[in-house]
Amino acid sequence: MRRVYMDHSATTPVRPEVAQVVTKYFTETFGNASSVHAFGREARKGVETAREQIANLIKAKPEEIFFTSGGTEADNMAIIGTALANKDKGKHIITTQIEHHAVLDTCKYLEKQGFEVTYLPVDAEAMLDMETLKKAIRKDTILITIMHVNNEVGTILPIKEIGAIAKENNILFHVDAVQSFGKLPIDVNQMNIDMLSASGHKIYAPKGIGCLFLRKGTKLSPIMFGGAQERKRRPGTENVPGIVGFGLAAELAGKEMEEENKRLTKLRDKLIDGILEKIPESQLNGHRTQRLPGNVNVSLRYIEGESLLLMLDLKGIAASSGSACTSGSLDPSHVLMAMGICHEIAHGSLRLTLGKINTEEDIDYVLEVLPEIVEKLREMSPLYNSIKLERREECSKCTLTK
Amino acid sequence: MSNKGTVVVGMSGGVDSSVTAYLLKEQGYNVIGVTMQIWPIDQETENVGGCCSLSAVNDARRVADKLDIPFYVMNFRDLFEIEVIDYFTSEYLQGRTPNPCIACNKKIKFEGFLNKARALGADFIATGHYAKLFYDKSRSRYVLKKADDKTKDQTYALYNFTQEQMAYTLLPLGNYTKPRIRKIAAQLELRVANKPDSQEICFVTDNNYKNFIENRVGVQKFKPGPIIDTKGNEVGTHKGLANYTVGQRKGLGLALGYPVYVVRIDTENNVLIVGRDEEVFQKNLISGENNFILFDDLQEEMEVEAKIRYSAHPAKAKIKPWEKGQILVEFEEPQRAITPGQAVVYYRGDYVVGGGTIMKGF
Repeated sequence: MRRVYMDHSATTPVRPEVAQVVTKYFTETFGNASSVHAFGREARKGVETAREQIANLIKAKPEEIFFTSGGTEADNMAIIGTALANKDKGKHIITTQIEHHAVLDTCKYLEKQGFEVTYLPVDAEAMLDMETLKKAIRKDTILITIMHVNNEVGTILPIKEIGAIAKENNILFHVDAVQSFGKLPIDVNQMNIDMLSASGHKIYAPKGIGCLFLRKGTKLSPIMFGGAQERKRRPGTENVPGIVGFGLAAELAGKEMEEENKRLTKLRDKLIDGILEKIPESQLNGHRTQRLPGNVNVSLRYIEGESLLLMLDLKGIAASSGSACTSGSLDPSHVLMAMGICHEIAHGSLRLTLGKINTEEDIDYVLEVLPEIVEKLREMSPLYNSIKLERREECSKCTLTK
Repeated sequence: MSNKGTVVVGMSGGVDSSVTAYLLKEQGYNVIGVTMQIWPIDQETENVGGCCSLSAVNDARRVADKLDIPFYVMNFRDLFEIEVIDYFTSEYLQGRTPNPCIACNKKIKFEGFLNKARALGADFIATGHYAKLFYDKSRSRYVLKKADDKTKDQTYALYNFTQEQMAYTLLPLGNYTKPRIRKIAAQLELRVANKPDSQEICFVTDNNYKNFIENRVGVQKFKPGPIIDTKGNEVGTHKGLANYTVGQRKGLGLALGYPVYVVRIDTENNVLIVGRDEEVFQKNLISGENNFILFDDLQEEMEVEAKIRYSAHPAKAKIKPWEKGQILVEFEEPQRAITPGQAVVYYRGDYVVGGGTIMKGF
């Protein structure tokens, strides 16, 4: 059976060049980067090279990069660390309703600790309105934390404009860039970003490695204690193989970005157009153009996302509904809800995220298999059949299908 | 892929459904394992007894990996809450004693789960119930028979099967005894081989259904009222009718000089009627919401053995069509604690004739 992996926003395979260097740091250059001896120094060299590679990709300085266990930890560090360091200045944080739970749940935790959080709404394409943001700013706002690319629907948020507003108001700006790092150009200076979270396994590096960019001079209280590593901001023996792999993956991603984005955009658009054309009552979720090159997110009415994923899996196609972290819960996606899509349609959403390993043949295969599955599921759906009889009145709550 | 077809096995993480998946795979089916998730997220605690808790999902996943079959988790939380938990609570609040396993079989396993499995293109579903299900040519119907292991027989909880559901269902454990199943599990080195049998209601984790109902609907739904004896004398005060079930002796808090049992629950007047042990015995009952397996409808009187609770022995009785589609069950001998809300299941020998919900005894 043909196997097609289209879940690159969940994770990616480690690319061979990276796997090779990581293996070398597991078995040969295995020293503790804090040790004084030659083994340690070699490991340290790997870590510092990686720091440069990552800094280069986002136009930061190497000393502004702090390695973490991944995007979630970087988000926690940035948000909690900023809140603690600035609690005398203010208690207000601004974020959006469509953040990853690594941000949302951290904000909810801070609310319990006495902070106040504004969750900005988005429009039907998951786009954020700058006026809404400006209005939400208060005298005691200490942090704006907004994602670069939404992990579910792929909408690219106007980070540069948000950064300008944050700077104008002298508010710290954190960007969860887990879905854009290595995929879209980022310039932390031009975009006025103070903090940025990134993750390795979304860009063909191993799982368990990520980083936080922290602009020099930005106050941040540590949330972990126990050593001098990463200048006490993130103690604990460095994950040297992961760091080295992450560095190389970042450098390669930067080099290949333009070319790869052109290729992925073409594949993405073919897939979107094909689905919308071949499957009746389907709609694209997210922005049509301000969209991550590899992201396809569609709602297929009268279908349960769960059954769809299972059937796709049985046909060898790996996809997801919403984000991998929340599937299993199968509550309708908070992102689609925030976009004003009604429950029923949100339940039938499908995310296909393309990457390096996908080819045009993969797209053709999905376009061959998916419509068949949808038709079969709709035939079995009591809802579809009953609504067919009632001539399908539009759900009055839906904003998108009209 | 095998020509026997694809079967989706409901895997609870327990020994029975694990071996069910194994047996079907051995028989040449293309097996897919599915755990039905029924817990509201914030209640997913590590309880041992429950069949579908988070740890159960992990157990089932491990078994599926071992058997090398695809494994998925299907979400039935909303359906379970409405069809099983809400039903359970409302029955108790109406003075009846519900059987949530029967509701779960009827609405979740052999309706919601079956439909989802069919939508996946499966030819069959299977569960680890101890019962025999097969097509009887002479009757031109699917029939349900007691399991070989009479101590484990679960036909009582399966009487709601429709012919259509049965056509899509495999119950491979009917020919096995529990010890044999455990032995197979041990031979396969399944970690669940020695997992204790689940006994109690899976969503009532501390075995205290009263607390469960109280937490769900609030203590104000428990309205105290009078306890009277069968002669109409007021003998005490009850703590809300949901606390009691017919035949109950414990927790009445009465000292009348003789052992006292709940005889009847009168929700209309919020009165609990108690009496002596012999007053708990009745000879007749009316059942509603009947389903028949051996035929479509009961047309005329029939001699059967009727079983009024999971743990009861079938007793000789006659069943007769009654008004409004209900059935009158006349026992040869009086039965102890005929409990409204529980199921009455009719057998002829090992065959399940059908069953219904007990409306009242008299």
